[in-house]
Amino acid sequence: MLKINNITKQFGGIKAVDDFSFRVKKGHIHSIIGPNGAGKTTLVNMITGVYKTDNGTIFLDGADITNISTDKLVHRGICRTFQNLEICENMTVLENVLLGFDKYMDKSLLKSCFRAKSILEDEIRYKDRAIHLLGLIGLEKVAHQKAENLSYGILKKLEIVRALGTSPELILLDEPVAGLNPKETKEVSDLIKTVVADEVTIVLVEHDMKMVMDISDYITVMNFGKKLAQGIPSEIVNNKDVIRAYLGNGVVC
Amino acid sequence: MVIGLSSNKPMNELFGFLLSGITVGFIYALVGIGFTVIYNSSGIINFSQGEFVMAGGMSTVFLLKAGLPLGVSFILAIMITSIIGIVLYKLISYSKDSSQISLIILTLGFAIFLRGLAEVVFDKELHTMPSFVGDGSFDMLGTVLTYQSIVIMVVSIVIVVLLYFFFKKTKTGQAMKAASINVDAARLMGINIKKVLMINFALSAAIAAIGGVLLTPITSTNYEVGIMLGLKGFAAAIIGGLSNPFGAVVGGLVLGVLESLIAGYVSSEYKDAVAFVVLLAILFFMPGGIFGNTKAQRV
Amino acid sequence: MLKRYNISQDIIVLAILLFIAPFFFQNDFIYEIAIVSLLNALICVGLNMLMGYAGQVSLGHGAFAGLGGYIAVILSSNYGISPLFSIFIAIVTMAIFAFIISKPILKLRGHYLAMATLGVGIIISIVLNVEDELTGGSDGMSVDSFSVFGYEFTDSLQWYILCAVLLIFTIWMFKNLINSPFGRVLKSIEGSQKAANSVGINVSHYKSVVFVISVVIATLAGSLYAFFSGFISPSEASFSHSIELVVMVVLGGLGRVYGAIIGAVILTILPQLLTSFEDYQTLIYGAIIIFVMMFMPKGIASLFDDIKRRLFAQNK
Repeated sequence: MLKINNITKQFGGIKAVDDFSFRVKKGHIHSIIGPNGAGKTTLVNMITGVYKTDNGTIFLDGADITNISTDKLVHRGICRTFQNLEICENMTVLENVLLGFDKYMDKSLLKSCFRAKSILEDEIRYKDRAIHLLGLIGLEKVAHQKAENLSYGILKKLEIVRALGTSPELILLDEPVAGLNPKETKEVSDLIKTVVADEVTIVLVEHDMKMVMDISDYITVMNFGKKLAQGIPSEIVNNKDVIRAYLGNGVVC
Repeated sequence: MVIGLSSNKPMNELFGFLLSGITVGFIYALVGIGFTVIYNSSGIINFSQGEFVMAGGMSTVFLLKAGLPLGVSFILAIMITSIIGIVLYKLISYSKDSSQISLIILTLGFAIFLRGLAEVVFDKELHTMPSFVGDGSFDMLGTVLTYQSIVIMVVSIVIVVLLYFFFKKTKTGQAMKAASINVDAARLMGINIKKVLMINFALSAAIAAIGGVLLTPITSTNYEVGIMLGLKGFAAAIIGGLSNPFGAVVGGLVLGVLESLIAGYVSSEYKDAVAFVVLLAILFFMPGGIFGNTKAQRV
Repeated sequence: MLKRYNISQDIIVLAILLFIAPFFFQNDFIYEIAIVSLLNALICVGLNMLMGYAGQVSLGHGAFAGLGGYIAVILSSNYGISPLFSIFIAIVTMAIFAFIISKPILKLRGHYLAMATLGVGIIISIVLNVEDELTGGSDGMSVDSFSVFGYEFTDSLQWYILCAVLLIFTIWMFKNLINSPFGRVLKSIEGSQKAANSVGINVSHYKSVVFVISVVIATLAGSLYAFFSGFISPSEASFSHSIELVVMVVLGGLGRVYGAIIGAVILTILPQLLTSFEDYQTLIYGAIIIFVMMFMPKGIASLFDDIKRRLFAQNK
């Protein structure tokens, strides 16, 4: 589904991502792991058009999507979440989720000014669907609270749910459980599994090895911007290069 | 405007424009340095920086009128302006909201307040004062260079050099630099951030005041001169990359010379627009200033 | 909640207040202040959309209103085009102008954006001062009377009604817009541009649109002001006018529908009250701004919230 061919990104002489290639199969949870500074987030930023690639190509279902901007990619079915939470804290929880449906909504200026019927219908339709999504993470009750009043763990889940609103075919999760306690980690992990049940392909960047080994279909290991290894979880656990790269990092396998 | 021309030869004319541009450019540089000193330590653009310049010039004029000797008036004026800088810092630190927009409005309000204060304490008239070194001048390459211009250049260069050693060599300067790089780390290292910020505001005001005093003998001053001087100083700071005091010096000189050349050769009426055209060009095309600092904010 | 025409209580209250007010106006001077308040409020509604909802500062809106006014006035006085059509052309011209400059300008953020808009504003005001053959220079120029399809506006009451109706209508549209998906997009731009981007929103497009809307409203108000006062001068486009408008919005309350109106009315009346203090006028004006920013940074509209909350608490 996602095909990445020899992409490279340099920052002032340092190759953050170096001639990197990999493929993601439809319906998979494909994890990308690696030590800090391995270039994982840079990779996500390149796929989602935040950074321009210096070299190489990215294909989605056979179509070239190299260097297409983030917002346009959403319309092609790619959506992402952020390592450092990006939630609109000035809005309510419900509004944040509704934002996810933005690409389906009529926002023409005149119709909005005069409250045209189509605007009102949209609002009702997507509000129901947003409430349904909130239900998945048990947040219907706080729908009308300001997002700034909620805990970090809840907002992490909110971000994933917001991304679902765009009905993506591929979703990139950048460290969805970073900074969460074990209980919250379990909840997010379960949420990701239910997302897959809806046949969304997932690229997961994560440090939590237990979770990665638990839910991944396939794993690519990155180190210094290059591919170190790839395979199904059981192969990765026993890969000598991977163990060496992680040595001293206290990896729990 | 500043330097009379004694010859009609084109080269002399050009040289005259350059000299007057450099003279004014140093004043813009001093105002620009003031912006960078506060911005570096607090992330705040002080919209009343120009009023500090006005306060320095006006205070000196009126202290002189009160019969104090020039040296004493000069030093008192700088002290008064520094205290005004500290007052602004206190207002900012006690303010309930520290979002960028409220700080912009707060410093704008302070600027209006200072202008109003100058109207009441001083007056609305245009004032000038004698040059520190007499009204003499000498011929240089066919142009007249006044002693006051030389004083401006020398004093400005001395300030820049002193500032360099202050940030490089003294403990306080190092602490200020550390605080500008990482506030939290600096605090953990035992640096008193509040004190550092206060010194920064006072220093910035003092430098602006010196600029005001230096400029008064050649362009005269009134309660409103701060508006344009402040904006041009900001343009100088932006050209230099905003976070670099020494970039502001280059920015000021570039701006002063450009302004003088445009006034001389193109249109004196559009002289004041030069700073803003340059400001926009830099912001649009080189948001990090001419030295390519990447700290400038983009989306 | 999602009623079709959404004429909410507050708009009715506003309409009633604006309707009753003239009964207390004793003379033309008070009318004049009222009309200027309404026109400033109109600009502030647009500026509030830009600053309070989309989170983009502009220190140039005085200049945009002034330039728009000049275009309308020059067309009608020098070229004999009817006032209404002149205003229309001014609005279209300023909309195009705003759209073009919005692209590079709105890429900037915070202080940089503030300074860039300020720079554009000052350039505009310098041009208006210098091009005196067209604009009358710093002396300004007189403006023909305003008429719509032959109906002349001569009386203060006529002007008052025109401006009041315009303001009510604009606020109604503004509220509709803010409560639509479009409004949510604006809020998300203030909340997190990255988030907005990640759900498929073309942030720079919406920033441009809201910037253009605010400039269009400013142009309308600026031109009406020129026709109303029968005179226009570069001071309409000055730096201090731009600052005044921003202070109105912030003083009233950023992101509050009625904040802009409260701020505009207070700051239009305040200088008139302060004239009795003569020399102290600027000083007091500055002190008030400092005081408000220090102790009520959310603006005066937030005070009403506190009062409302206390009243309800007592009822319970």
